[in-house]
Amino acid sequence: MDTPRGWKKKEIVITGFGGQGIVLAGKIVGRAAALGDGVESTLIQSYGPESRGGACSAQVILATATIHYPYVRKPDVLAAMSQAGFDKYIGGVREDALVLIDQDLVKPRDMEREIFAVPSTRLAEEMGKKMMANIIMAGFITAVTQLVSRKSMEDTVAGSVPRGTEKSNLAAFGKGYEYGAALLKARDKKAQGIARATA
Amino acid sequence: MEPAVLTGTHYMTGDEACAEGALAAGCLFFGGYPITPATEVAERMAERLPGVGGVFIQMEDEIAAMASIAGASCAGVKSMTSTSGPGFSLMMENLGLAIVTETPCVVVNVQRAGPSTGLPTQGAQGDMYQARWGSHGHYEIIALAPASAQDIFYQTIRAFNLSEKYRTPVLVMTDEVIGHMSERVVIPRAEEITVFNRPRAKGRKDRFKPFEPGPLGVPPMAIAGEGYNIHVTGLTHDERGYPVMSVDCQREMMARLIGKIQNNLDDIIEVEGYLLDDAEIVLISYGVSARTSRAAADEAREMGCKVGFLRLATVWPFPEKHIRELAQRVKGFITVEINFGQIHREVERAVQGKAPCFLAGHCGGTVISPDAVLDIIRREF
Repeated sequence: MDTPRGWKKKEIVITGFGGQGIVLAGKIVGRAAALGDGVESTLIQSYGPESRGGACSAQVILATATIHYPYVRKPDVLAAMSQAGFDKYIGGVREDALVLIDQDLVKPRDMEREIFAVPSTRLAEEMGKKMMANIIMAGFITAVTQLVSRKSMEDTVAGSVPRGTEKSNLAAFGKGYEYGAALLKARDKKAQGIARATA
Repeated sequence: MEPAVLTGTHYMTGDEACAEGALAAGCLFFGGYPITPATEVAERMAERLPGVGGVFIQMEDEIAAMASIAGASCAGVKSMTSTSGPGFSLMMENLGLAIVTETPCVVVNVQRAGPSTGLPTQGAQGDMYQARWGSHGHYEIIALAPASAQDIFYQTIRAFNLSEKYRTPVLVMTDEVIGHMSERVVIPRAEEITVFNRPRAKGRKDRFKPFEPGPLGVPPMAIAGEGYNIHVTGLTHDERGYPVMSVDCQREMMARLIGKIQNNLDDIIEVEGYLLDDAEIVLISYGVSARTSRAAADEAREMGCKVGFLRLATVWPFPEKHIRELAQRVKGFITVEINFGQIHREVERAVQGKAPCFLAGHCGGTVISPDAVLDIIRREF
């Protein structure tokens, strides 16, 4: 049975290196979907023995029915915050996958497909906290993919970050969300322009 | 005091849900040593136990961890530890002590790929035979294998209940994937959770025999310091708990230790069938591999193959009867597990040649994909 959202199952990979808060970003998406939006969700975290610097990924599955196999087989969404993570997963994503990157950390070479880019780490640095790049990315993912509601995401961000940092993290989330929303708007405008020009 | 039962809907990892299951079952002591991927069980217990009036101790190693939970249990509280392969190996000797002294306790093994230190952050199911025979001597053991965060909450409660009921250590054999995966977990109200407490000593304190069997072959337990005469030893002992170095005493003690498990299999064994009614091919699995199997069964049905699935929620004692019954009417079995055929061997033994048995095995480090199972179905059936 389809949900009003129009999908039954979505596979999301968020990737980067240890220390960027990749797993937390995945957990926020999974928790917001499961507890806020009432869909099924699983989160698999994979990382090496290092606590920082090694390759790290979060695999989130959202579905309207029970999820048996919890590993991502062909991502519908790839959000990459490291070149290594991008290179590892880009070959396996669905043809119509939404690909999101931190534009200062990932350089997609010779790629035909559309890519949604955000300077999440730079924006976080401008806000005075580099470690909030993951929350900016979470906001960006929310706006671009529209798989999880903004309200559920914001509630979950507030409940998942250290006490006392809720306000700054929500501001970071908002920044990523607005960046993504503006990007989509510009994209629609451009598409309309092309449609008019060719009409 | 904080509530022991965190009633509500949560999004948590299997490790966290395991700790919450333990607390809901009434666990008040955790002695352990951190090890990936089991550390989060210990972390959660360290955070939560003081708030519910319990005690958490980080021991010097896993040998001491196992000793500490046996000791805490003798002192009257429900106790547990959690570890992974390397620590599980160190616990084996004192696990045997807890078995022969009939000391209830729960040991959680969040399995990672071995041998030795192996792949610390990556899962496997290679300790299933170690769970069965890792300590020396012949004995019976109970081992459960949860397949989700919700299930590990429930199976951990069941582990405590069985451990108290049969006065024996119970193993929760989970794995890195279940331990580290986050999912929705619904924790019911405390009054909806069935909790079993060990049979307690009654009657005259000077006449009490600590190993005189009660109902189900299980002796009522005196708490150290209550005033009952007790003697606890790893040596072969009689009903008074005193060492007796004779074949007769050994025979009697062994018959009871084995009998209290073997005579209550229907109570201890839990299996879950899926699409079994008309199944021609049966997948057998447990833990995270159960999820692969269920996905594979669904996909095989879409291909038009009559595939069913039997999940072993209890792995030890082995659910032989269920498999033997299926063997009378199906075309074959595929055991799905992240090792090279530990439970597969048990399946073969139970099937006794009545149907072909195949293995969808794996070296460890990740899970088995449903495609690997489907390949075997296409190739062999």
